[in-house]
Amino acid sequence: MNLILHVWRQKNASEKGRMERYEANDVNPDMSFLEMMDVVNENLITQGSEPIAFEHDCREGICGSCGFMINGIAHGPQRGTTVCQLHMRHFKDGDELYLEPWRARAFPVIKDLVVDRGAFDRIISAGGYITAHTGSAPDANALPVPKTDADRAMDAAACIGCGACVAACPNASAALFTGAKISHLGLLPQGQPERSRRALAMVAQYNRELFGSCTNIGECEAVCPKEIRIEVISRMNRDYLKAAWKDRSALRDDQAETEPKAGGRR
Amino acid sequence: MALDSRVPSGPIEQAWDRARFEMKLVNPANKRKYNVIVVGSGLAGGSAAATLGELGYNVKCFCFQDSPRRAHSIAAQGGINAAKNYQNDGDSIYRLFYDTVKGGDFRSREANVYRLAQISVHIIDQCVAQGVPFAREYGGFLANRSFGGAQVSRTFYARGQTGQQLLLGAYQALEAQVDAGRVKMFPRTEMLDLVVIDGRARGIVSRSLVTGKIETHVADAVILATGGYGNVFYLSTNAKGSNCTAIWRAHRRGAAFANPCFTQIHPTCIPVSGEYQSKLTLMSESLRNDGRIWVPRDPGDKRSPSQIPENERDYYLERRYPSFGNLVPRDVASRAAKAVCDEGRGVGETGLGVYLDFGDAIKRLGRHVIEERYGNLFEMYERITGDNPYVTPMRIFPAIHYTMGGLWVDYQLMSTIPGLFVLGEANFSDHGANRLGASALMQGLSDGYFVIPYTLGNYLASNKLDKVDAASPGFQAVTTDVEDRLKRLLSVRGKRTVASFHRELGRIMWDYCGMSRNAEGLEHAIGAIRNLREEYWRNVNVPGSEGDLNQQLESAGRVADFLELGELMCIDALHRNESCGGHFREEFQTEDGEALRDDAHYQYVAAWEYKGPNTSPELHREPLEFNYVHPAQRSYK
Repeated sequence: MNLILHVWRQKNASEKGRMERYEANDVNPDMSFLEMMDVVNENLITQGSEPIAFEHDCREGICGSCGFMINGIAHGPQRGTTVCQLHMRHFKDGDELYLEPWRARAFPVIKDLVVDRGAFDRIISAGGYITAHTGSAPDANALPVPKTDADRAMDAAACIGCGACVAACPNASAALFTGAKISHLGLLPQGQPERSRRALAMVAQYNRELFGSCTNIGECEAVCPKEIRIEVISRMNRDYLKAAWKDRSALRDDQAETEPKAGGRR
Repeated sequence: MALDSRVPSGPIEQAWDRARFEMKLVNPANKRKYNVIVVGSGLAGGSAAATLGELGYNVKCFCFQDSPRRAHSIAAQGGINAAKNYQNDGDSIYRLFYDTVKGGDFRSREANVYRLAQISVHIIDQCVAQGVPFAREYGGFLANRSFGGAQVSRTFYARGQTGQQLLLGAYQALEAQVDAGRVKMFPRTEMLDLVVIDGRARGIVSRSLVTGKIETHVADAVILATGGYGNVFYLSTNAKGSNCTAIWRAHRRGAAFANPCFTQIHPTCIPVSGEYQSKLTLMSESLRNDGRIWVPRDPGDKRSPSQIPENERDYYLERRYPSFGNLVPRDVASRAAKAVCDEGRGVGETGLGVYLDFGDAIKRLGRHVIEERYGNLFEMYERITGDNPYVTPMRIFPAIHYTMGGLWVDYQLMSTIPGLFVLGEANFSDHGANRLGASALMQGLSDGYFVIPYTLGNYLASNKLDKVDAASPGFQAVTTDVEDRLKRLLSVRGKRTVASFHRELGRIMWDYCGMSRNAEGLEHAIGAIRNLREEYWRNVNVPGSEGDLNQQLESAGRVADFLELGELMCIDALHRNESCGGHFREEFQTEDGEALRDDAHYQYVAAWEYKGPNTSPELHREPLEFNYVHPAQRSYK
């Protein structure tokens, strides 16, 4: 099949970007989307042009590196699928595809389809962990965890940190990402001692990074390649409200809540 | 170059205890005065950086990905072994040790393996405490499954995403240390060379992948945890970015490279579908617990699998290995698949595939049980191939998956360059000539959480290190080397893309240094690689500049290193005149086609010393002693 691609090209963060048109010819339906892009890039290099920069690594849908908008949908049209796992058999001859980077103030463009998602690391760093210094753990079976809790924790822990939720949200909110980690750890007995501090610290960092607020639109859930459920956001809100009411002392001074600034969509 | 393995003397059960007691300690108040570099942020590097940060060292951690959470450990599916014996089915530390030494075909160091088995139980404790959501029974206790070649259920798992969950545990511990100011993280930064001053590793030269800026980092010790080199084959189950540059550059600076030809071919991957193929996808070998592997009895049988009656199918693993059946170790299963395809009985369009059939399991257990066990893997298979494995048997074929070889390290995980430590898949230490399933995660975390914290302290406390700074001639010289090399790559402006060279190298490696090897083929491959390398530096086309994000330039440097490593792998495979584990030399096999080891001549680790470009490397041997598990021909019949 033959396709027309309109791709966002931007040299670096400071220069202005623009859409450019490319042709992808003789596309094999068994190719993955990124393999189709590889072929386009090989041709660009041979013609002496700069290839399109896009992020990828494992190409198995688990590392979370890849992702861009295909015709306005994060990771493209197939539900529960990262762009590296999307195959060309879902497209048809003559399709015109518009490829754009994740767009959010908190995710500045580095080049073409590559954005900086360092804000996600900083949200985890603020409190997305259980403090358990190496060597301090009791026997693994000393603390039974009900299977249903472990399963629900695993559902939330499946997040790959790709950023599609932010890209899809009209507010560029990172609530699904943050809520997933708060839920994963908060559902487990090991996570209880730091539960309040975690919610306060992570939400504060989230605001500091200029992500927008959640207004329950649900686009995030719809595009999430790991199908993380929007209920993690309610869990985050509940933990946060409870902690803000009862446990403000759990927060270190340097992590005090910041008011949401003008953030969100770029 | 002398190889001193520093294995403690005396009974193996107490070796690690004794070694730890004999190691010197760094005073808690002094730890912050030491700077440590960790390259790589996977299970080994991430856990090392987090733990060293907790102990109080000043840690700098580097990864080429945009976040440490994306290291390729994340893609491990099946599970992690530990000798917990929670299932009361006969497991013990000794049995895990025994299985690993035997599974490695008697080419690993006993003391290292014993330590690994001992530490395995602490890893599970540590990960559970961090909140890793392992699978559980209804009573709330941990669930286990048997996995790849083990007759006990000792594998802990988190659905089909065990690597992801273990890595997120280590990553979160690492980020906690970033927040505490003990670890400084350098994402999108690639180590391009090692700096050795007065015979000791004292730092690295790195390149920012965003700005292209070359930087020097001074340290008291350098830890490499940069994973394996399976991408030398171009097509492998490794992530696209996985590369050998860090360990290869260290090798060129004096670190011996051990057993480079020991590579693992994983039996259950999705077959290649076309020339454009960019990587191969693994289907967890846990599938072999319930799936039955077969091919048509008769060569050239092109009927669809449902049309082939039971008595015209050959369940060749069950037939050849009745006691282990479909669960034989990876090397054995891979070779058996190749054998039936060579006989013309392979399936699918290319004839390079075998069936993995769940029909019987679905009949016996019901579809919902299979769905619960493997649902995500079945979905992934369908996404890639368009076939529904609940109805049509999966097609699988072996693919490069893991490299047992790596930089030589002693019992304390230090390479032949003092102050340079190597952890995880990047070293050679624990798996011999073949790794058992669910043991890579175990080794990565063992090295990072529980070994390096002791052995690094011992090195720092026992050696007085002179002060060096980045302006010293040693650092300047390496920086110049790095810059010259980048300029050279960009200045060729030839006609062929980096990927086309990489693909060609991969084809040579797969054809002559893959699942089976012979002397003639290896000699041919060595010549072909030399020619390709010569053409590379004359005809490669690397577009763009060095001053910004340039993925082609990144790839070009890595492929240049693969072009050197590939030759060393063939040299190693050629010199080892025996078959063992993943290294199968066609000249050395038993009558029924099993690997034929030669313990009298090859019971050693082959550690190669770099002698300069286009000069033959020098072989050093570390003899292996087996005082506990006595070498025997591996039999899974």
